Amino acid sequence: MSGTELLSVRDLRKHFAIKGGILSRTVDKVHAVDGVSFDIGAGETLGLVGESGCGKSTTGRCILRLIEPSSGEVWFKGADVRQMNGTALRALRRDMQIIFQDPYASLNPRLTVGAIVGEALIIHDLAKSQRALEDRVVQLLETVGLQADHMRRFPHEFSGGQRQRIGIARALAVEPKLIVCDEPVSALDVSIQAQVINLLEDLQEQFGLTYLFIAHDLSVVEHISTRIAVMYLGRVVEIAPARDLYDTPLHPYSEALLSAVPIPDPTVKRKRIMLQGDVPNPIRPPSGCHFHTRCPIARPDCAQRVPELRESRPGHWVSCHYRG
Amino acid sequence: MAETLLDIRGLKTWFKTDDGMVRAVDGIDLHVDRGETVGVVGESGCGKTVTARSVLKLIDMPPGRFEAGQILWQGRDLIPLPNEDMDKIRAREIAIIFQEPMTSLNPVYTVGGQIAEVLRQHDKLSRKQALDGAVEMLRLVNIPNPAKRVGDYPHQFSGGMRQRVMIAMAMSCKPKLLIADEPTTALDVTIQAQILELMQEMKQRLGMAIMLITHAMGVVAETCQRVVVMYAGKVVEEAPVEALFGNPRHPYTQGLIRSIPRVDRAAEKKQRLEAIPGTVPSLLEPPPGCRFADRCKYVTDICVRGMPPLKEVGPGHYVRCVL
Repeated sequence: MSGTELLSVRDLRKHFAIKGGILSRTVDKVHAVDGVSFDIGAGETLGLVGESGCGKSTTGRCILRLIEPSSGEVWFKGADVRQMNGTALRALRRDMQIIFQDPYASLNPRLTVGAIVGEALIIHDLAKSQRALEDRVVQLLETVGLQADHMRRFPHEFSGGQRQRIGIARALAVEPKLIVCDEPVSALDVSIQAQVINLLEDLQEQFGLTYLFIAHDLSVVEHISTRIAVMYLGRVVEIAPARDLYDTPLHPYSEALLSAVPIPDPTVKRKRIMLQGDVPNPIRPPSGCHFHTRCPIARPDCAQRVPELRESRPGHWVSCHYRG
Repeated sequence: MAETLLDIRGLKTWFKTDDGMVRAVDGIDLHVDRGETVGVVGESGCGKTVTARSVLKLIDMPPGRFEAGQILWQGRDLIPLPNEDMDKIRAREIAIIFQEPMTSLNPVYTVGGQIAEVLRQHDKLSRKQALDGAVEMLRLVNIPNPAKRVGDYPHQFSGGMRQRVMIAMAMSCKPKLLIADEPTTALDVTIQAQILELMQEMKQRLGMAIMLITHAMGVVAETCQRVVVMYAGKVVEEAPVEALFGNPRHPYTQGLIRSIPRVDRAAEKKQRLEAIPGTVPSLLEPPPGCRFADRCKYVTDICVRGMPPLKEVGPGHYVRCVL
């Protein structure tokens, strides 16, 4: 890979132990993230899509080390994130921030908005005085479309969309390079979703931010991303520039996922690829290619061999034995 | 002219709270004809779910109350009907499925037992017959191995499978109308596609009508014949589905349609989304004018003075806007 990547993830794995029995020994493991690799270039937006339980949120949290990965590598600006601790890790947290899905649960209800947004400034010692702190908080609130007098109010006084703006202001406070957006608009109404998406795009342009945008809504991801990675049961099955993925999806799962998105136009009639059954249990994922149990083009050896993620055309990576 | 099954006229369902009266549903007219699928769309708090629950009288009273209006089911007003008579209509004539299948199934009974209970409530069946009926219903909604699954508990099913169980339960008395309240919102897209297809199949098999309540315009475009758009307790637009998407007349409907990113338009990429500014107004003592006025880009003096009437702008196309 070239040297311009801000973030590189290599063979990242996270296995959660399931305890059982009276001695609460590990009886099984959930393979939440099962060997994920990708790069994000400075200033770009990588969309990470997949259905619930595919490991997309766990991937985001492992990168920030909010969850400790089981194995694999995470490189940020050429430094090995997994080896960091103490001061280095704290410095890293200034560069990487996260916006959560649920704007109701991710803000402390007992703190004022000013305290929530200002907290990181105090932790990282970024404000010289009380006055400077307040000025910066006001500036941040105005950047995300809120008003100065909102800083003395509490989270419950705001609507969902406004709370998400508070969460964004909090992430921006420490001037990060990378923001992991974990389903930032899923809990919002459509008219408010558009406001927040537009805000995220404006901020990216204004501050040169890089996003890892995690979502299950393909139309939102398609809109905001430069490149998209599709995940299924802990593995990346396809990575491609957003346009390519939508024009010519190669993996049968990406294809089915795209065709399942309802289009708000009754005149558009499409052929839908209906997947049979549910996503298998991640405790015992299927052998070989994880998708073979639901794949419309599966052949016997798909259950035997794990497909490698390979570059089928420039920039378009797919992990399938028979496509690409 | 198709036969009208459900005809809601001027319905007002209000809730008394400590802060005052919340006008959740504030004078709506809505009808569903035999065999048609009507979509009711709107954002959280627009009154769509309260409308659905009002039809089956599933609103807790107090704090709720029917302030005005009629709910005519095949010509008969349901509002004054005593509970015993409502029980005969629920499930047998009008069935409902909810957004979250886990909270609407009883976790301590087997799914077979729960479906059998519905069957026994409405038809005189023995326990054995009812259980056989439950297996048959599970087979109908494509649950693999129904004879065995009938003895399983709700937690043993995935989200999509639970919604299938809910549909089986709703279908078990062959209702004339199915009210589906956000039936696929909690599901993944590939599972959503399966459930929508199943609902379509059930509709054709039983010839029932569907009132589909949702916030997803894509789902509406793909499944409904007629659409009613609600905003802050009022109907703002009603139209056949092609007219609504092809020629939306209310600024709110236009905003809703334009604010959704489109998967099929990769070519016109990097276009900015048209967001609707502001947020939904409070339903406590709403102002007299159009409720969308403070978010509308075409707002004029007339808009804030009084509520605009619903007027016909095309065949079956009504809009509540002065423009």
